[in-house]
Amino acid sequence: MQPITHDSFVIERTYQAPPAQVFAAWADPAIKARWFIGPEGWAAIRRELDFRIGGEEVLHGRIKATETLYEARYYEIVAAERIVFVYDMHLSGKHHSVSLASVEFASMAGGTKLLFTEAVAFLDGTPSAEARKNGTGTHLDRIAQLLERSTTSRACVNA
Amino acid sequence: MLNHQTFLDRAFHALADPTRRAIVDQLSRGQASVSELARPLRITLAAVVQHIQVLEEGGVIRTEKSGRVRTCRVDPQALAIVEQWLSKRRRAWEGHFDRLGDVLEEQKATGKAKKET
Repeated sequence: MQPITHDSFVIERTYQAPPAQVFAAWADPAIKARWFIGPEGWAAIRRELDFRIGGEEVLHGRIKATETLYEARYYEIVAAERIVFVYDMHLSGKHHSVSLASVEFASMAGGTKLLFTEAVAFLDGTPSAEARKNGTGTHLDRIAQLLERSTTSRACVNA
Repeated sequence: MLNHQTFLDRAFHALADPTRRAIVDQLSRGQASVSELARPLRITLAAVVQHIQVLEEGGVIRTEKSGRVRTCRVDPQALAIVEQWLSKRRRAWEGHFDRLGDVLEEQKATGKAKKET
């Protein structure tokens, strides 16, 4: 079993458009399809957006040999204010990550401040499993090591 | 809570201190014992040991004890992973938000701004 690596990050952007318009870019499938796309070389296979609480979104595509599958479910939608969703990423059929994301739209002079916050668990930590082969793969291992080290740190001081 | 700390949390915590970054710098030039690492740093050996523990806990370095000497080395793979995981997902969304900005600008230009849902 590969260890899960957790990560979280925040992106803040300001746009010169009112919150309702920035929100509409998430809510309207036609507008979202214009910006919610993969990187250069990526092509869509299937796109669906059912923008309501409990509704689902699918963005299936391909870039070179990699098949990308994004599947989201909306948990909170307040027009022009906020959106909370959970999404999965599958890469070539392999479950890559699960994320909890929130988007907050704040009105400010001349436009909108968009705050995007994501907490992600990466599931297919192949390289991290590689790097932590020496028995440090799990938190429990790490805690055990930490405890062990605290009892051997004296020896370390003398080294 | 210890068991809520993750690999990344720890790695970033490990690298958030100038003394620990100095240790990583030194180790990036080659492996070293704890006392070798302590020499250029103006802190006690005990403090160095603590920093090393934090670095190892963060997966940034690895240590190995042979007799009375603990040898430390940097784990370049771990450093790369931290960077890779963190930046990849973030970059993807930044790309989206750049394009979102372009779309909004275009809407403004074409005057058909508000599209209500």
